[in-house]
Parts: sequence; structure tokens; C-alpha cells
Amino acid sequence: MSAILLAWALTLAQIMLGLSMICATVRVVIGPRAQDRVLGLDSLYVNAMLMLLVFGIQTGRTLYFEAALIIALLGFTSTLALAKFLMRGEVIE
Amino acid sequence: MILVPDLPAWAAAVVAILVLAGAAMTLIGSIGLLRMKTFYNRLHPPTLGSSAGTLLIVVGSMVCFSVLRTRPSVHEVLIAVFVTLTTPVTFMLLGRAALYRDRTGDGEEVPPSSTMENDAS
Repeated sequence: MSAILLAWALTLAQIMLGLSMICATVRVVIGPRAQDRVLGLDSLYVNAMLMLLVFGIQTGRTLYFEAALIIALLGFTSTLALAKFLMRGEVIE
Repeated sequence: MILVPDLPAWAAAVVAILVLAGAAMTLIGSIGLLRMKTFYNRLHPPTLGSSAGTLLIVVGSMVCFSVLRTRPSVHEVLIAVFVTLTTPVTFMLLGRAALYRDRTGDGEEVPPSSTMENDAS
């Protein structure tokens, strides 16, 4: 009984996170200016990281945790580089 | 085929509630990102997903793996600490960059400058 409840809850959480990834993607596509697209990209990688964590709970493996950690590290760096690019026009001066 | 970890009932209930609450928080934040009108309003809703959503799902994952292995499993704290530390940095920088672009170029209307702001960015 509790296993079926947990399975439904995890599937519902994955559907919700997928919907939020779709919302972020729509913002990346329609964003009027460049900073809106960068904001959508940042939101997209956070949602993808949470989706991988939920996959990790579902399968009971730590493989997905490492992938989520790498997404968090690289996403931070990419958003930082894009913000710097918007500010200065180049990343490395 | 039902793919689910083999947890006792109380742990399953706790994990289900935490994960569902975190996913709902993230969904609310992303809908806000889609619906807000100006960029400076849109800067706020995604932080709901990266603060509350991440924290709830990470705590759910910690409970799940601690019960599965019958020993404390705290390596998910890495993600929580890292995301909590880096989100304000990126959003402050992004807001600063947008403010700079709007003040120098022909952008949309910028919010009024506060009295505490003393640097000429």
C-alpha cells in the first residue's frame, strides 16, 4: 500500500518538475531580451537537477546524485559567465 | 512495473510528502517565471524552486537513503549548501547586468533607484 502511494507521489512529482521545465523552456524561447533567456536557462538547470534527484530516490541508486551535483556546479558557472557577458560584452578580459 | 525503493510505511509517507511539496514549490516558481510582466519581477519567482524546492527534495532524498542503508546518508547536503550559496550570487549579478543594460541602452523602464544605492553602476 505504502509502496504504491510512494510510486504515485514520485511520478506526480516528476510530472510537476517536467511541467516546470517546460515553463522555463518557453521563457527561454519567447524571452523578449537576452537576460530573460539567461534567467530561463538558470531555472531550467535547477529543475533538471531536482528531476535527477527524484530519479535517484525512485531507483535507489547514488548514480543520479553525482549527475545532479555536476549539473549544479556547471550551471552556476555557465550562468555566471553569461551574466558577465551581458555586463561587459566579453567573458575573459 | 513499479519502480520504487523498499521503504517502511512511515518513511514512505515522509518521503512522498517532502518530494511532492518540493515539486509543487518548483512548479509554482516556474509558472511565476512565465507569467510575470517585467524582467525585474521575473527575477524573483525562480528562487522559490532553488531555495524551498531544492531543500525539500534534498531532505526527502536524505531520509530515503538513510532508511534504505540503515546508516546516516548526508552527502545530499552538498547540493543543498552549494545551491543555497550560489543562487543569490548569480541572481544579483544577472540583475546588475540587466540594470546596466537598461540604463545605458534603450531598454525597458528601470525600477527607481533606492537611497541606499551609492555606487555608480
